[in-house]
Amino acid sequence: MKRDEPLTVASPLRRRIIVAGAALATTRALPLRAEPPALPSIPELDAYLAGRKPEFGRLLLDLPRLADDGNAVTMRLFMPGPFAPGMQVTSIALFSEKNPVPKMAQFDFPVAPAKVEIESRVRLAGSQRVAAIATLADGALHAATADVSVTIAACLDGS
Amino acid sequence: MAAGSRVQVPTEVRRGEPFEVKISVRHPMETGFRVDDMGKPIARNTIHEFICRYNGTPVFAANLGSGIAANPYLRFFVTALDSGELKFEWVDDAGERGDAAATLRVTG
Amino acid sequence: MRIGILLLALLAGNTFAQTPAIPASELRSGVSFGSAELRAMQSDDFANPGMLWVERGQKLWQTPVGSAGRACASCHSDASLALKGVAARYPVVNASDRRVIDLEARINACRTSQQKAPALAAESEDLLALTAFVAHQSRGMPLAVSISDSARAFFDQGRDFYYARHGQMDLSCADCHEHNWGRKLLAETISQGHPNAYPAYRLEWQSLGSLARRIRACLFGIRAQMLASDDPQLTALELFLAWRADGLPVEAPGVRR
Ligand code: HEC
Ligand code: HEC
Repeated sequence: MKRDEPLTVASPLRRRIIVAGAALATTRALPLRAEPPALPSIPELDAYLAGRKPEFGRLLLDLPRLADDGNAVTMRLFMPGPFAPGMQVTSIALFSEKNPVPKMAQFDFPVAPAKVEIESRVRLAGSQRVAAIATLADGALHAATADVSVTIAACLDGS
Repeated sequence: MAAGSRVQVPTEVRRGEPFEVKISVRHPMETGFRVDDMGKPIARNTIHEFICRYNGTPVFAANLGSGIAANPYLRFFVTALDSGELKFEWVDDAGERGDAAATLRVTG
Repeated sequence: MRIGILLLALLAGNTFAQTPAIPASELRSGVSFGSAELRAMQSDDFANPGMLWVERGQKLWQTPVGSAGRACASCHSDASLALKGVAARYPVVNASDRRVIDLEARINACRTSQQKAPALAAESEDLLALTAFVAHQSRGMPLAVSISDSARAFFDQGRDFYYARHGQMDLSCADCHEHNWGRKLLAETISQGHPNAYPAYRLEWQSLGSLARRIRACLFGIRAQMLASDDPQLTALELFLAWRADGLPVEAPGVRR
């Protein structure tokens, strides 16, 4: 038997299996977007930036390109040092393009961190671009984005 | 019994070096968009405030919304200064508080 | 000629009963069908959210409850020794009443008869925590249930349920987990349907859940009649599942989609 290919509707049995599969899974497939790295347009993000222009390249946002399940997607943030005095990271905010609450989290460093690396798990209501914005003590902003394709979206909007 | 949490820090760290902190908390991080078995909406309830203090000084804080997965897990770094205690505190939208602590030995 | 066919059929029937349809060399845990991210979450003891329940279970293990005022630890002493390998042998036939019981039922039996405390509800935080804690002590040990003697009748019952067609979809468990494992069903890859990860943390549940809950999800999928958590048919089915997974390591608490 060939294992690694999708089930096709070749027999009544397969048909029933596929129909049952639809009931078993809560899939809402969304197309993957392929755009150059730019900040997604999210009103809350625009408000957060308030017209300021972040730099790209130094802040890194790591999310799997393909997430199994939007209920828990591993997310990592890095910002390699060293940081000159007065230029340390003071906060990092995380924004979602598709979630009903666009600002997912904000991490604050009340004292200058020697190492900026954060890991957590996020919920994603569908395939989308996620953005992170780091603020430095001198007010400079650094941004990173990541595109995630989500096979089973987290049910975040009651639909 | 409180819902529960787990903390992990190295037992011994060198002064001036960053060390890894891991914490995970049993919490549903209710989105406010789910309904219970009876079809009644479940109120939004997330840990909106999380703070880590090192010998009393806040060193890391987080504001977590419905975009953070149930049973939140956080890994971050703190810089070693003196032996002592890391204390974690959090509060959710229902006003429920939780805390955890870990001791640390700093050498060098 | 006729007798030959009859003999063959008898032989076939016999081997069908004695060896699992998926040979040991092809046995694969459900985790191997998951993404790298999922496997990493399961194998990292800190990232695995199921460990929150294991830790809670450890606390419960040491806490006296009930009118007997005893903790699990009062009688069982060192959990890592006393409980090692226990989960790999369950379900078993209970000596006193000859019923087939799973780990959850065994724990509840100790709650009610030894601790004199009320039974814990199915899928409650505390029952999941204690079950996860007990099962965790057998992590890595091969599943090895007994189907001889008094267990035999329950095993037969479980096997019959497994191969019978159920629900509006008229599907058997084997239709998916024996004839179509490895194939994609929409976003999911159908696994061989083994019980070795349970209680497991499912991302979809955003919580730990029992094997019974996972089986009910499958029954729901094929629009079949639900089995209650304490339905003996369900425990018999769990016994059959453990037998057909013979040798797979206990992963509890596993992580699944
Ligand atoms: C329509 C196909 C289908 C049928 C029929 C079906 N299941 Fe499943 N089952 C699935 C899918 C899909 C999953 C989730 C992915 C996986 O692990 O296979 C699953 C998962 C499982 C798991 C968990 C495996 C793991 O490693 O986490 C068990 C156990 C299981 N099924 C048992 C059963 C039993 C018992 C029956 C019969 C009552 C049954 N299934 C019928 C599709 C099916
Ligand atoms: C008053 C003593 C006592 C207490 C308290 C107690 N048990 Fe037991 N437990 C026993 C005895 C005796 C047996 C084995 C005899 C039997 O089959 O009934 C047993 C058997 C078990 C087994 C099965 C072991 C095997 O090899 O099959 C498990 C698992 C177990 N107990 C878990 C628990 C848990 C969990 C708790 C706390 C919720 C608990 N016990 C509390 C006395 C106790």
